[in-house]
This record gives sequence, structure tokens and C-alpha cells, in this order.
Amino acid sequence: MSNDFIRSLPGHERDLRANWFYRINVDPILFFLLSAVVVYGLIVLYSAVGQSDALFQAQLIRLMLAFTALIVAAQLPPQLYIRWAPIVYLLGLGLLVLVLLVGVTVKGSQRWLDIPGLIRFQPSELMKIAVPMAVAWYFHSRPLPPSFKDVCVALAIVAIPGGLIIMQPDLGTGILVAGAGLAVVLLAGLPWRWILYALLAFAAAAPGLWYTLQDYQRQRILTLFDPESDPLGAGWNIIQSTTAIGSGGLFGKGLLQGTQSHLEFLPEARTDFIIAVVGEELGLVGVLGLLVLYLMLIGRGLYMAANAESTFGRLLSGALILTFFVYVFVNIAMVSGLLPVVGVPLPLVSYGGTSAITLMASFGILMAVRMHKAW
Amino acid sequence: MVGLALKDPNREKQLFASRALALFVIILGLAALLVLRFVQLQIWEHEAYQTRSDQNRIQIQPLPPPRGLIFDRNGELLADNRDTSSLSLVTERIDNLAATLERLSRLVGVTPADISEFENRLRRKRRPFEPVVLRPALNEDEIALLAVNRHQFSGVEVTTELIRNYPYGELFAHAVGSVRRITESDLSKLDPVTYSATKFVGKRGVEKFYERSLHGEVGYQQVETDAHGRIRQVLDISPPVAGQNISLQLDSRLQIAATAALGDRRGAVVAMDPRSGGLLALVSHPGYDPNLFITGMSSEQYGKMSHSLYKPLFNRAINGQYAPGSTFKPVVGLAAIVERVVTWEDTIEDNGFFKLPNQDRIYRDWTWTVNNSGGQGTVDLHRAIYRSSNVFFYDMATRMPVERLVSFARQFGIGKNLSFDIADASVGLMPDPIWKRGYKGEVWYPGDSINMGIGQGDVLVTPMQMAVVASTLANRGAMVRPRMLLSSDAPLPEIDPPAPLPRVEGPSPQDWENMVDAMEDVVHRGNKGFRGNGTAWFYIGQDISYRMAGKSGTAQVIEIPQGEEYDADLIEDFNKKHAWFIAFAPADDPVIALAVLVENGGGGSKIAAPIARQVLDAYLLPQLAAR
Repeated sequence: MSNDFIRSLPGHERDLRANWFYRINVDPILFFLLSAVVVYGLIVLYSAVGQSDALFQAQLIRLMLAFTALIVAAQLPPQLYIRWAPIVYLLGLGLLVLVLLVGVTVKGSQRWLDIPGLIRFQPSELMKIAVPMAVAWYFHSRPLPPSFKDVCVALAIVAIPGGLIIMQPDLGTGILVAGAGLAVVLLAGLPWRWILYALLAFAAAAPGLWYTLQDYQRQRILTLFDPESDPLGAGWNIIQSTTAIGSGGLFGKGLLQGTQSHLEFLPEARTDFIIAVVGEELGLVGVLGLLVLYLMLIGRGLYMAANAESTFGRLLSGALILTFFVYVFVNIAMVSGLLPVVGVPLPLVSYGGTSAITLMASFGILMAVRMHKAW
Repeated sequence: MVGLALKDPNREKQLFASRALALFVIILGLAALLVLRFVQLQIWEHEAYQTRSDQNRIQIQPLPPPRGLIFDRNGELLADNRDTSSLSLVTERIDNLAATLERLSRLVGVTPADISEFENRLRRKRRPFEPVVLRPALNEDEIALLAVNRHQFSGVEVTTELIRNYPYGELFAHAVGSVRRITESDLSKLDPVTYSATKFVGKRGVEKFYERSLHGEVGYQQVETDAHGRIRQVLDISPPVAGQNISLQLDSRLQIAATAALGDRRGAVVAMDPRSGGLLALVSHPGYDPNLFITGMSSEQYGKMSHSLYKPLFNRAINGQYAPGSTFKPVVGLAAIVERVVTWEDTIEDNGFFKLPNQDRIYRDWTWTVNNSGGQGTVDLHRAIYRSSNVFFYDMATRMPVERLVSFARQFGIGKNLSFDIADASVGLMPDPIWKRGYKGEVWYPGDSINMGIGQGDVLVTPMQMAVVASTLANRGAMVRPRMLLSSDAPLPEIDPPAPLPRVEGPSPQDWENMVDAMEDVVHRGNKGFRGNGTAWFYIGQDISYRMAGKSGTAQVIEIPQGEEYDADLIEDFNKKHAWFIAFAPADDPVIALAVLVENGGGGSKIAAPIARQVLDAYLLPQLAAR
């Protein structure tokens, strides 16, 4: 309350405007933390790609694109996001249906839309932002905490795209997209009691869900409990990644010195399993450093979300930040053998462009919501 | 609650703040869980992982299962496995690959072809530290040389593996099939774990059909290796499970006899037990040595084989499709009886040619080609079979609707693959007006029916299908599926038992007996002059000691286009007619039925019948002598 008052004073406003960052709607603290994670990631990646300049440069270009996406997203007024939220959501739904009808099949799942000669992209990536945005839009004009009816509508908004993505089949992304939408419901003030009931219902239904999983998905879950049972197949990754991490010890073997990753025992070292390279080469200290950076980033994000001016802004920013944490958690837990192997990259560190661009754009939205005044 | 359903910005903001705080606490809790896990791995269990990583040393190596053995019905080995040593490189352990290759080629003679093959294999997806074959099939001297110089090389290994071996070489190439080295395109279809140690996969015949059972289950061992990649100790082993052994219906003595009877002619012999459908012999000549595909051959050798005009890789017994010629006549005759367009007593006058009313085209009898006077005189169905009268069957074919003849003939399996376990067999063709309109865009002419009456025109059959026709006649209408498998130690997953085949419907038991009598006369009716003898009597019937029923056929060849690359003699040779003979014996209680085809062999009775007789002799005479 008092903060709002101080910020609304003309003098303070002038201070803000004087700052170069504020002029382009960028939160300097968040920007600094993001840059720190990216730089940290690039250092590790340089080792993980085997010091290949070509791969390293490709990643540099992708990250520059991602930062551009952030700056652009931050310039758009929040009103625009509200107005476009339902349209983007419906468009995304249409694309998901299209994927199921005419999508390109890669490794057994139809995830890609291919416009020959132009682009090839995964509409499910768009839904990672569009779904929480649509739920936030729905709650924006309704009283909170939400009524039972509103919660049901919100769940439908989440379940439809979630189901379409799982049908591709891409269970991992489907759950993440649904999770982002559910985060909004959670932040909107869903009574804790209901959350408890939902968890109990899920626990009760779990044995039934087991039978709806595909064989390879079950295999991954079983492998988690006993990786040695399938040492040539799914267990290989976990055995190798825990060996890499465990052998790193407190301080690690030193950058570029990881034997597991450099002798190519560790699969996917530069993409999904890059935290194992951090663990092996920089040790527990290196992992903790990265984790602390992530937590600061998340703390700052939640703080900004809590101080956003509108319900829409708060809910959307909060959900995007929570999703970001879910990526971090799922990736690290999977590589260290706490969760089954699903294809989730380590945010802003893993090699690859699509997820970095989506994430940076979502941080741009966060800034737009916070930095744009007077709406 | 309903009454309070108004927006309250302050309350909402506070609600959010408290939620965000609660969630951040949960986030910290989860992060703590991750930290705990890393502390466990990196501090508490660090030493265990350190050792594991240091020795690096703990590797998991897949172990290939020995492939199941294949036996004939008497327990003779048709396919087994033997040891072979090859020189392999672990490129991860080699600093200078070019220099190592250079030194190795001086030591044991590595050809540029070996090196380019090696580079191909190197490009394929593989596990780290997996040895890649540079030179297969090392001999004893080379193994010794490499062992002596072993200390000079790092990452160079002599690996011993089991490879497929076909002791009979060419003899069973087409019957049993063969395995081939797994190619890039196979990899996408095979289960990567099951095949992680396997280098060969069944590509043809029995080896392909029963691949799943023959392959077995992969095993693995956890080994500790030294810095040169050599195994220091085996920590854990889960042995592979050998593939299933299977026994086939084939009788290797009969296979040898059939191959010898065919000699160097191009053609096929398919012999089966009409009671079970078991394939006793399946010969296609020329063949090839399947062992060459395993130990490797030069591309020149392979090119010669695959481009040869004589097509040694082509399995004529199941994939060669030919007009059946006169061997089709028993089927047409029975169809005419069933359709009641003729009785066993009816006769026609065969003047040596047949004409449709109002048409000029003359359809001749075959006698014109051997004897300057055409025609067989007065002919009933019985005589039309043993004299193989064309005119009689031209007439029969015009007397019934073509659809009736076609649907009767299809009951014998023409146009279908009835086999139990020969997935690659061709289906042949039983044409009808609908097919002709669709495929050739033409209407069905009466002449098409006339040609069909003597097994010409567009009718196509494989030798295996004619063996099925022979065994159906032997069984007096009961159908059996041709099959390779005799027995296995355990039930095989490939087998999804097909429905038993129905009997051929229509002919009465007496009709079948009459037809068999006529076919016996083809072989046994003799000393009655040119127009009184069975067509094959002169060639095989004079000294036969058991009752045999048969039917000869001489099929026209679709002329091959004249090309500059073939010389004139060869063209003439390839334009000769195909010789057929189908037979079964003993006629009243048959234990063997067969079909013989000789490509461009000429007359069926003269060329194919003696081959059939030799095969039947080889099978029956020892049995008869034992009795």
C-alpha cells in the first residue's frame, strides 16, 4: 500500500525513467540474474560440446535471439496480452488439432507442424505460455478466490490442450502444459482443502492410470527403481549420469576434465543431461551455485508477480515462474535419478533453442506486466 | 460465498501474496530435496562412484545369443554356428587412426575395401567403446601375428564370434534361406536392445520366417577393463538365451536326389507329403552359397550373382510364376464334370484343331508339332488326359462359363499363398473377366477361355502351387497347407495356426478315382502305339516298379525382348517352352506328391517326367525294399 503510494510520486517516477533499464521496461535485477544463469550455462556448455566452436556459436546465436524475444515481449502493453489471451489460446488449440491430423512424426510421436520451406515447430511449445495466459484471462474478471464453477471452467481450459498433447503422444510436455495452467488455479486461491482432496483422488487413481501408460513409459518408471534391471536400454542413462555426478565429489574434476562426459559414456550430455556435466566437472559446489541462482531468479520473479497491478498480471507471472521451477526441478531430479526420464531440458542451460526462446519470452511478459504503469 | 461474489482488489492481492509465499516455501523444500540427493551422490557415496568412474571402466557389454540350429526331418544339421575371429578397433582408444590402420595393413594385409567397409560401420550409431570390425575371418597365422604384436597397439582387438554356417552350402540355399549382415535400414525395424549384440538377421526363407525364435535373448556382462580396453575381470554376467532349435520337414537325402535329378538345368522341384503338407524337398536351380553372405564377398562377386541372366538368387520354387500348361488339364476336366457339361462316357472327335463357330482362328493340337498328322481321333475325358488332347479341353472350356471354371480352379490354391510358414511365396494368377478389364482394360474374349482350357493365356502358377495341385489330386480332394516346420522344442511365437483348408467341393469320390486312373495311364499305359500310349510312358513308364500318377505340361514362354547384349543362341534358348510334370505315388495310397519345372526345357514328358521319376524312385524304392 505504502509502496504503491511512493511509487506513484512524480519524483520517484522520474528516478525510474532516468534508469536506462526502466526505459525499455526491463527489470535490472531479473535481467542480471538471467544473464548470470546464461553465462554459467555457456561455460558448462563449452565443455559439454567438446569445445566445438561451431556448436558453441550456434548456441550463442540462439541465446541472442532469446534475449531479443525477452526485450520484445517486455515492450508489449499488458492490455494487449489480455486481449490476445483467448485468441492465442484458441489458435493454439487449432494448431494442436492440426498436428494430430497432419503433423510430422518424429520418433513415433506427432509433435511437429511442418510448413515446407518455411518453418517446422511444435505448437505444444506455444501452449506453455498460452494455457496459463488463458486461465489468468478467465480469472481476471471474476471474483477470487474462485467459485466451484469457475474452477471447473479453468480445469476445462487446461485439460483440453493437455489431453491433445498427451495424444501426440507427448506425456512429458502434456503434463508440463497442464501444470502451468494448474499453477494459475493454485495462485488464484484454490482452497487448500480441495488441493488435498485432488491429491488423495490422484493417489487412489494411480494404479488405474498405470494401465493407460504406454509400454515404454512404464519401462521408464520401473527403471527408476532399479536401473540395473535394464542396463542396455533405459537404465544406461541413469547409471551413467549418477556415476558422472557422484564421481564429481565436492569440488568436481575441473572444467573440461570430466571423464564420463568426455569419453561419451554420458548420453545427451549437452542437452537434457547437462546438469550431470556440472556435477562431474564443478562438483557439489557448482551444482549448489547454479541452484542458488535459479532460486534467486524464482524469488525475484514471485516478488515481481506479487507486486503486479492487475489480477491477470499476477496470475500469469506467478504461473510462468512456477512453471520455470517445475522445469528446473523435473530436469535435475530426472538426471539424478529421482524421477523417470522425460524429455525436459535444463532451462537456459541445455543446448537447444526452442525452450530458451519460450522461457525468455515468458520472462519478457513478466517484465511487461510489472513495468508498464498506468493501466 | 455467493453473496460476496464481487471483485475486491486488495483482498485478491493479499491472497496472491500469501499463496506466492506458501509456494516459495514449497519450492525451497523441493530444492532442499535436490540438494540432499546431490549430497548423497557427491559426498556420501562419492567414493563408490569415484572408483566406478576411475576404472571407467565398468562397462556393460551385450552378449549375442547363439542362433537356434536348423535340422532336417532326420536330424541332419542344415544350419549351425561356428567360431570366427575378426580384427576390431575401439576408435576411442586410438590416438592416430590413420597410422594404426597403416601399421595393421602391413601386418595382416588389410585391403582398401576392408577400410572403406570399416568406415561405413564406424559411421553407424553405436555404443561408446564398442569394437568395430576391420577385417573379418582371420586365419590362424594372422591371429598369432596379432597376438605377438599386441603390446604395440592400443584399441586393437581380436574378437571371436559365432557366425552362421550352412554345412550343405548351395544345396539348401533356397529351401532354408539365409541370414545377412544387419544393415542400416534393418536397424530401424529391429528392437535395439534385443539386437544390441547381433550382427546378422534372417533375410530369406525359414531363417526369416522363424527369426524371432531362432534369434534368442540377448545377455550382458558387466566388465572391468584396463586403460587399453581389455577386460580385466567380469563383474556380473547375465548369460544370453540361445535361440530355439527347429526341425524342418525337409529330407536331405531327397533334396540331394532332386538336385541331382535336375542337374544343371534351370528349374525347380517341390516335393511334399500329401498327408501333412510337409515339404520334403524344395530345390531351385541355379542356387548360391549362402555362406558367402556371411563371410563376405566382393562387390564384384555380388554384382555377377545379382545380374546373372540365370538369376541364382531367384527362388523359382516359390517365386517363379509360369503358365501351368497341360498340367492344368486335370483341374479343367474335373470342373467340366462338376459343371455337368461332360460325362466320363461322352466323346468328341479330335481332328487336331479347334475352331469357334463364325471365327477363322484355328487352335491346334500339340500332335502337329511331333507328328505330321494332327488329331487324336475319338476322345473321352480319360483319354484326353493320358493323351493330353488340347482339342478336348478347348471344347470343355467353351462349354462352361469362365467364372465357373475360375472359381473351381481357385479352390486348388491358385492365386493364393496357402502355405503355413512360407511368407514370401508368390500367389500366381487365376485371371477372370473382372481382372482382365481392370488390369488390361480389355473385355474377356472366347479365345481367353480356350487358352485357359489348356493352362495357357494369363494363368500363372508357382512350382509349389503345382505341388499343392498334385497333392490335392493325390488326396482325392483334401487340401493341405505346404509347410516347412516339422517340430520345435517349445511352441514358436511365429505360429498363428491358420484355419484348416476345406476340401475341394464338387467332384464325387468316383470322379476323383477316375481322374487318378487317367493320370496313372499317363505313366503306365504303353505298347499301344503313338495314339494309344500315355504321353510319358515312353520316357518313364516302361520299367517302373510302383504305380505312379502324373501329368505332363509344356508351357509357352512369353517372348523375351531382343536386346543387343544377349547373343542369338541365348535368345533362342530362352524362347524354348517350359517343361512341367506333376506326379504322386503310390497312386492308391500316395505318400509323396511333386511338381517339376524346367525352364526352357522343351517337352514336359521328355524332360520333366524323368526328373520326377528319379525323385520318386529315390524316395519310394528304399521304402518299398524295406517292406
